[in-house]
Amino acid sequence: MVNTKVTLSGITLDNPVIPASGTFGYGYEFAELYDINILGSFSFKGTTREPRFGNPTPRIAECTAGLINSVGLQNPGIDKVISEELPKMRKCFHKPVIANISGFSVDEYAYCCERIDKEDQVGIIEVNVSCPNVHHGGMAFGTSPEAAAEVTRAVKAVTTKPVYIKLSPNVTDIAAVAKACEEAGADGISLINTMMGMRIDLKTKRPVIANKMGGFSGSAIFPVAVRMVYQVAEAVNIPVIGMGGVSSAEDVIEMMLAGATAVQVGAANLVDPFACKNIIEDLPRVMEQYGIKDLNEIIGGAHK
Amino acid sequence: MKQSIFTVKSNQHLTDTVLKMVLAGDTSAITASGQFVNIKLDGFFLRRPISVCDYNEKTLTILYKVVGKGTQYLSTLAAGKQLDILTGLGNGYDTSKSGMHPLLIGGGVGVPPMYRLAKNLLEEGKKPEVILGFNTKAEAFYIDEFRALGVPVHVATADGSLGTKGFVTDVVKTLKDYTYFYTCGPEPMLKALSDVTETSGQLSFEERMGCGFGACMGCSCETKYGNKRICKDGPVLEKEEIKW
Repeated sequence: MVNTKVTLSGITLDNPVIPASGTFGYGYEFAELYDINILGSFSFKGTTREPRFGNPTPRIAECTAGLINSVGLQNPGIDKVISEELPKMRKCFHKPVIANISGFSVDEYAYCCERIDKEDQVGIIEVNVSCPNVHHGGMAFGTSPEAAAEVTRAVKAVTTKPVYIKLSPNVTDIAAVAKACEEAGADGISLINTMMGMRIDLKTKRPVIANKMGGFSGSAIFPVAVRMVYQVAEAVNIPVIGMGGVSSAEDVIEMMLAGATAVQVGAANLVDPFACKNIIEDLPRVMEQYGIKDLNEIIGGAHK
Repeated sequence: MKQSIFTVKSNQHLTDTVLKMVLAGDTSAITASGQFVNIKLDGFFLRRPISVCDYNEKTLTILYKVVGKGTQYLSTLAAGKQLDILTGLGNGYDTSKSGMHPLLIGGGVGVPPMYRLAKNLLEEGKKPEVILGFNTKAEAFYIDEFRALGVPVHVATADGSLGTKGFVTDVVKTLKDYTYFYTCGPEPMLKALSDVTETSGQLSFEERMGCGFGACMGCSCETKYGNKRICKDGPVLEKEEIKW
């Protein structure tokens, strides 16, 4: 028997596999397909203070080994998330969940995090300072160490649960942003969010995405994500959740070797609704193949 | 929704760019006409959503147009090729609202879902009337198959090379006493039909999709009944709820 249990800020997960925010809704629709309690946890759809429809369509453009999305944080707003979505989620998922929070001002981050902090089932608050889709939005916070730290401090002041800051890869020095968040009190770092990308339709000679640009994700960005997780893990002493193009049990192990304690799976869920289930079922076999008895032994193993 | 492996039984051209593919596999998740399937293709990241033309317990028939690299690849597949397909996606058409004499209006690649819908309505003892629109005679397909069902079939072509010269709306304007309408086709056609029809109806929409099963919010639209996902809450919307 191999050990797949890992611990994030005192919360033990049965395995490190976590569907990433925005690719898994609030879980209950996937629960019709399989028992989602096999997951380590999951990060629910990014939530803002007000309801948002998001960006105009087309919001999706296919790429080699990935896709660009420009959903623009569509969500029902924090009131409805708490009153309608979380009760539905609770019926099908019985483990601590990761609440993903976005905002357009420091006050909004603090307001939403304070509200969600009171929800019993929330184990970790994941603060998205990196969504690249919204003008005057998350982008500004995640691209500056000072701004990311300001959000972290504001959120930490009004919450009791572990706060993980989810970073944007669209920066020159991601380690500096991560360090600033750690110094501001962050309990962990999630990375990477999507990379800014663009496609142009040769027939119309116009951008495919209505909003012109969007966030690129999928297996194509996996090497970039591994590199950034490695850099951040080297720079900070708080846990890292690694994500970006993860689509197999081998990818999970590689991400952990780079320094991740847990791993999120995003775009792969959109191609295969059973992606996380398949990865979890495959993980013990791949661990044995590489002589790994306990996943905790390999976290950051590539740094030696 | 179900994920399963299908085997290509045949894949033949109906026109220069439209093909008919018959696949063998588990169709048990398909519950209504107007639903679609989402097909994984080697070398392409996203699946390809394609409407269901017809199905029985063991086979699925799709008619698709080659519009890009994915459908170009699909057109090269030979019998025996296995494909990973998600089935039973989308809401499909609700036949309970049709009345006795519904119009079924398909435009171009919007024609295929009308075929199973016509069969379902006939089985329910109703008398559907079909209008098929194409750009040219060379692009027309499945007219004989619809006629073989024993329903009245009108054809319109934009250049007049077959049937009525003009659009499906030109045919609809000449018809009276229909009780409801169902349609699928390009959005300008759907809008024109919404304006010209005298009854309620259901319209099937197309949108670039991420997942095709409601997870990513890639294909959302605003309706009078709130935000909907074309892939999960649609692709069929009711005339009264659509914000044009």
